Formats: sequence, C-alpha cells, structure tokens
Amino acid sequence: MESMGKISPSTLSKSDLPWQILWNKEACTLCGRCTAVCPVRAIELGVHRKRVVQTVIGLSEKPGNVFTVYHGVDQRTDPAHACTGCGMCDLVCPNAAIRPIRSTDVDKLRFHVNQGGVPRRRGGRRNDPRSVLDEIKFIRISMLTDPALDAGRHDFELRTLLGRVLPAEDLVKTTSENGWTPPVREIYPLIIGSMSFGALSPNMWEGLQMGVAYLNEEKGMPVRICTGEGGCPPRLLRSRFLKYVILQIASGYFGWDEIIHALPEMKEDPCAIEIKYGQGAKPGDGGLLMWYKVNRLIAAIRGVPQGISLPSPPTHQTLYSIEESVAKMIQSVSMAWGFRVPVYPKISATSTTLAVLNNLTRNPYASGLAIDGEDGGTGAAYNVSMNHMGHPIASNIRDAYLNLVKIGKQNEIPLFAGGGIGKNGNLAANAAALIMLGASGVQIGKYILQAAAGCLGSESDRCNICNIGLCPKGITSQDARLYRRLDPEQIAERVVDVYLSFDQEFRKIMAPLGRSTSLPIGMSDALGITDANAASRLQIRHVL
Amino acid sequence: MCRLFAITSKEPLSPMAAIHALNVMKEGHDGSGVGLFLTDLGGSFERFKGAPILSGIFSNEGIRALDRYMLDLDFMVKYKLTIRPAKTPPPGTPKRDNYLVRVYDYPPDWQSLSKEELEYRLMLTRLKLRQMGEQDGSMIIFSFWPDVIMLKEVGDPLALADYLGLDHEELQARIILAQGRQNTNYAIDIYACHPFFIQGFSTMTNGENTAFVTIREYLASRNYAGYVGYQSDSEVFTHILHFAQQKLGMGLDMYKHLLTPLKDEELRRHPQGERLRAVKHACRPLIIDGPNCVIGCLPDRTLFMVQDSKKLRPGIVGGASGVFAFSSEMCGLDAAIPARNKSEDFQPMKYDTVMVPPHRQEVLRWNQWER
Repeated sequence: MESMGKISPSTLSKSDLPWQILWNKEACTLCGRCTAVCPVRAIELGVHRKRVVQTVIGLSEKPGNVFTVYHGVDQRTDPAHACTGCGMCDLVCPNAAIRPIRSTDVDKLRFHVNQGGVPRRRGGRRNDPRSVLDEIKFIRISMLTDPALDAGRHDFELRTLLGRVLPAEDLVKTTSENGWTPPVREIYPLIIGSMSFGALSPNMWEGLQMGVAYLNEEKGMPVRICTGEGGCPPRLLRSRFLKYVILQIASGYFGWDEIIHALPEMKEDPCAIEIKYGQGAKPGDGGLLMWYKVNRLIAAIRGVPQGISLPSPPTHQTLYSIEESVAKMIQSVSMAWGFRVPVYPKISATSTTLAVLNNLTRNPYASGLAIDGEDGGTGAAYNVSMNHMGHPIASNIRDAYLNLVKIGKQNEIPLFAGGGIGKNGNLAANAAALIMLGASGVQIGKYILQAAAGCLGSESDRCNICNIGLCPKGITSQDARLYRRLDPEQIAERVVDVYLSFDQEFRKIMAPLGRSTSLPIGMSDALGITDANAASRLQIRHVL
Repeated sequence: MCRLFAITSKEPLSPMAAIHALNVMKEGHDGSGVGLFLTDLGGSFERFKGAPILSGIFSNEGIRALDRYMLDLDFMVKYKLTIRPAKTPPPGTPKRDNYLVRVYDYPPDWQSLSKEELEYRLMLTRLKLRQMGEQDGSMIIFSFWPDVIMLKEVGDPLALADYLGLDHEELQARIILAQGRQNTNYAIDIYACHPFFIQGFSTMTNGENTAFVTIREYLASRNYAGYVGYQSDSEVFTHILHFAQQKLGMGLDMYKHLLTPLKDEELRRHPQGERLRAVKHACRPLIIDGPNCVIGCLPDRTLFMVQDSKKLRPGIVGGASGVFAFSSEMCGLDAAIPARNKSEDFQPMKYDTVMVPPHRQEVLRWNQWER
C-alpha cells in the first residue's frame, strides 16, 4: 500500500479544484498529446497498480489476487499546477477522451493561491458574466410616420471623430483669422484598444496590424488600433501604416526612446497619442509585464534589459496631478508632432471621472477622453484589482456625457468607452448602447482576442494565464514554440470578418431607429431597460 | 403625414388660398390641425410694418393679464383683430375665448435700442408671455414680431377656417406658410404645431426627426434664451436655421450643409471640401437623420425648401413670375397655381436647396456640390 504522504494545510483533492479533468480510460490511446500541450502541467502520465480479486468456483482453490498495471492521465492538485480549464487537452485529443469540467461547488483552491505570501496574479477578465449593457434594448423603432431604413439598401456612414472639435461659434472666427484648428481624425467607432507588443505575441500583433491595414486600404473602413504601452516595432514606425495606429504612452514610457528617435523618419503621423493614466482591469495600479515575457525582442523595443519584470508605476512619476498632466504632458506630446496629432488621456472609470473631464474641457489641446470600465481585461494584474476595483462603464460614460451636455461641450471632447464590450458576445449591441449613452466610440480588447485568435478565456475563470507567457493559443506568449501556433494571416482574416459583421449588425440597429448618416451619439431616447433603477440612473426609458 | 404649403405672391392673398391647397391634399393627412404663418402683410396690417404684432389665443382672464403685463412694459395697443367665435367649434377643436392679433407701439425707452437688442427683447417678451400662460392655460403665444401673424389650432383646416372666419378681409399676406395636421408623433399640444417661429425665422416640416433628442440637447446648451420649447421634434429645424444665420453668421447656402452634410468620401471630392469638413465637424450635433422636407421663410422674406439626405419626402415648387408656391404634394400646387408652366416645376432632390427671393421673379436652386 502506498503511503498517503503528508497532508499539509494546502493539500487539495481534485474536488477542491475549480476545474476537474474528466478522463475516459476506454477512449484514451495514451498518445500523450494532452499532457504535452497542457500549459500549466496540470496533468501527467500516471502509472497505476490495480488489484483484481480472483475467485474460482468451488472450494478446492482459495481466492487469489492479481495485480495489474494500467497507464492513464493524472490530475495534479497542488496550487501551482491546478487545472485552469483552458481545454487544450480536449482540443488536441484525437478520441475526445479528456476534458476539464467546471466544479459546481465553490472551489477551495482560491484559499491557497497565495503560497509564499504572494497574492494571486493573473491575466484575463473579471469573471462576472453580468452586464448591464446586455440588458439595454433599442426601443425607438420608427413606425408611426416613417418607414424604417433598409440596412442593406440605404447609405450609412459609421464614422466618429477623434480629436478636439472646435465650438461651432468659434469656427467662423478661426477660419477667417486663419487660426489653429485642432487635429481631428475621422475614424471607425470600433477601436482595437491598447494591448502592447509584449503583452501580445509578435504573431498576434502582426495579425491585428495586418487586419487593420486591410480594412483601411481594401474596405475603406478607417479602423484604428492602439499600441498599448510597449512601444512600436521600428519598421511600423517608419511605414505608411503608422497612420492607422494610436501610440500609447504610459507611466513606464516603455518604447518611447525608440519612438522619439524615429520621429524624423516617420512618413506619416500616427492617428493619435493616448496617454494612459489608468485602465479598467486594474484601476489605480500600473502596468505589468512579467519577466517570463521579456525576451530579447521585447527588451529591445522597450529599451530595457532582458528577463526582468517591467512594472509601470501607478502614476506618471514626473507629474503631480491631472492638472499638471493636462498642462504639461498633453502639450509636450502635441508639440512633438507639431500639434498635428490628437492627444488624449485614458483613465479608469471612477467616481472622479468628472473632475478629470472638467479639467480637460478647459484645455484646448485635450483631444478626448477614453474611459475604461471595470470589465476591461488585462495581461497581468492582481486578482483583487481585477475582481473588486473599478467602476462600471455604463453610468460613468453617461455621467460624463451629460456633464458635457450641461456645459455645452458634447461635440467638442469625444468620449471613448471601454471595458466589457461584447463580453458575452453581443459586440454590436453593447457598442451601440454605449454610443447612445454618449460615447463617441468604443475600444475592445478581449473580444478581438477571442474572435480573431481563439482566446480561451471566459467569464468563469477559465485559462487566465496571459501573465506568465504560457498562453496555450500563443496570443499572449513570447515563446516561439507557442506563438507559432498562430498564423498572422489567419488572424488578419478574422479581424476583417469581425469588423464586416459588426458593421452589418450595427446597421441593423441603426436602420430601424431611422439613423444612417450620423452616429447616434447620445441618442438616449432609443434606449430602454427593464430595471427601473438602472433606467433612472442612466436617464433612459423604463420598459417592462 | 403632415401636409405643407407655402406661397409667396406680389399681390396679398387671403390665408384661404393656403387652406384650400391643404384641403386638396387632405387625403394624406388626418385633418387634425392647422398652423399658419403670415408675413409681408396686406390688408389693415400693412400700415404697421415696423410695429410688433402679437399673435395668440387668450382666455378672458388671459387678456386681462396680458394687458397688465404689456402696460407695465409701456407697450401701447395700436390696432387689433380679435376673433371671438360664437359658434360651436368643429369636432375636436376646443372652445376658446379669444384669438387675438394685436399691433403694439414700442415703449418709448426701447426706441434707442440697437436692432439686435430690440429683437432680443421682443423674443424675451414673447417667451415671458408664453411662460405666464402656461401656468394656467390662459395664454398661448405664437409670435411677437413686426409684420408677422400666426395662428394655430386643433381640428380640420377647412372647418377651422370657416369657424374662425379666416376669409376676413383684414387678413391678407403676400407670404403664407400653412401646415395641416397636429403633431401626432407626441402628445397633442398646440405648441407642437408647425410652423415654428423665432425672431423672424419660420419653418415647417413633415416627417420624423430621428436625431431630435441630441439636437435639442445641443441647442438647449447654447445658452440662448430662445432655444426652448421643443414640444415637436420639428421645432429644431427653425432653431438650427436661426442658429446658423444669427449665431454662426452663415447664409442659407449653409443650411443644407448643416442638416445633411456630404459624406466624408464626398467631401474629399468637393472643391470646398476642407471648409465644409470643418463645418461638418463643428456642427455635427445639428445633423438631422430622419426623412424630412423643410419649408421655411427668412426674415428678408425669402422662401425655401430642402430635403433630407435620402430625399424620402415629396416636395415641389412651381409658379410664375410674381407668384410661386411650395407644396408637399403636387395637387396642392395645382390647386393654388393652376395656370403655370408645369414643365418648370422643380422637385428638389437630396443635394438641392430651392428658394424664391423676395422679388419673386424666379426660383433659384443650387446643390451641395456647387456651394
């Protein structure tokens, strides 16, 4: 009999884990693909002795034992190797002999993922499938005096503005005096939000960039993509495709040495510069690229040594306050491109959003405000930050928009909303709801990873290992053995698929509302919700 | 759907000319109301060209409150036309005490005011009276402006005209805007009845303005006292016109560019593309997005018509030198000006603006690619 070994406080059974491996001995061919592919080595080859009691009929012989050995797949139960539910074993199994099952009980692992006093860190999402955006309905269907428009036949113009728009009252004066007009970009309202070169693998990044370039050049859709904080590959900086890219600067300034040095050689201005002050997934916390992912290429682009963790501080170290930020950072970054490029901050959704926004309204160089809600995803964060910090996007964007309406600047400073858009697959409906609540456009991250590259994450704590470079799909890994699983061309094709289908769905929402020629920003009369409190809070119609 | 008719004539006409035109278009509207805007007045009002005229509906108590308020401001009544219908109103029409048209003399201390200040005060006075009347329903104010008379009521246009005696010889005008149908998109409210009026600008519209809420929010946030009301989604068309001309200093050629700007791709090919693009950006909240035909009148007595960006509503202009009419349906035009060269009729399309200048010699038209 084997020893049961020592039982420690963190010794867990399979039942204590959130994901249990269901393995079928009869179907398994022992090919070993599942154990090879498992990113966290949660399963391993098991050799088991099995006792079979043999009884012979009659009394002449005594019953005996036969010991046999069989080989199978074992699930490990220590916290470091707990199954993440990614399902790669299922994906590679030729006989459908293995798959992870989500425990219906509350797991015990959550109490033990702080070994060595280090709290759980992970990538992914908030793991809460609830979404107020999914509850919003579009209720103002043109029926009474007018036929609804035809999404397939009529002309539609799905464009938004990124940049500080002159007040109408100042337009004539500025034009007649040949005054400075702030740069404004006409862009598609669905932006691929900031995911850095480093957080994403080179193949993933290349695929996204190719997809965006194709949409612009072949489909005439002015789609933009933000770099995130990690710099930008030198060839892209010097290419004509830079105009489709929003460069992000954040508190670590990673990659900006390379960007500044490339300035004289840039053929095109970037679409815009996003200054990151916060993000929805980990509000008030800085960025983090863990050492696993800092290989030679990433280190070179970011201008840092190889193999070290790269935490960006929560705040911009040279700045004292958001006022100072507005006064100095926006102006100085604007100046670097001769005031030809819109510069705007991105913040975490927060109850203090209006203070930031009001400050921006008083600065003529501030080109917009991106607000990232609590459902934003990330490559790496503390579990507690992801699950418990932050503000939902819907009411935050609504407050911000209504505040702009109050001071008459709703057309001057575009708001961009992010965080949880399409988290349950309803991309166009969520985006349209936010736009009608007052956003000029939306930023997506997780959705495009799921749709374009097959990210396995879901709202039930599945996978979520983006932070340690072991992404089984190769999306957030810097290990060539993993990211070569992704073909950039195929990612690009999927990006195009996503945008074309989004475009059709968005028209299917706009047409019945009788809207086609201007994005229905702030068209709150079209929105309804069954929750009376939500209706009151968002100032939309309560419907039952 | 609303039926619209406007006429400009060198000879003064009775409003019945427009009412008859509405009546032949009755097949398309539910006869639920009528609104009239008369300017370049003839008849008894012609001699009071510079004096402000108050138009509205008053209860007997409302008239007393009006007198008290206007006397306090030192306005003196110079002339008046009161309709006190004795008969039973037509079905659907409420019984009112008085339909009032009064010409006032300016207060002596207003004489030295600049034109701009004078016009601003006239508007504030109208709004104040409207506000006073809204408390108890004693006053419904349509306009307070020189050389302008307005009348609105719920009910069938022809029956109302008979009931109110609109063939009165004193009611004559060279320009008439008439709309048949109460606003039925929202609650029945006489303030929701077209045409709408602000400081000499008047427009009427058919169709549905699907961008109404955001346009209303934008206008209301301009900090201008006149941008209020909005019982109808069509009132914003009048205020956009006023905003463009009075606040932005734009001409009529830009009105269409504000309501339905060219698409981004079109602007790249337009000779004035960069300028128009800046206008499109700065005035983005004024873009209408519904199927609409807008007919309006400027303070200089220019009549015009524009269509939505897809030309989803009918609209036609025709006539001969000295008399031109704009109509939402051709049969209305035929009824008003049967003897005209129909081959010169024009139905503006999605890029067009058509106008008849104050001299009434011709129909001018241009499209967004030309200006």
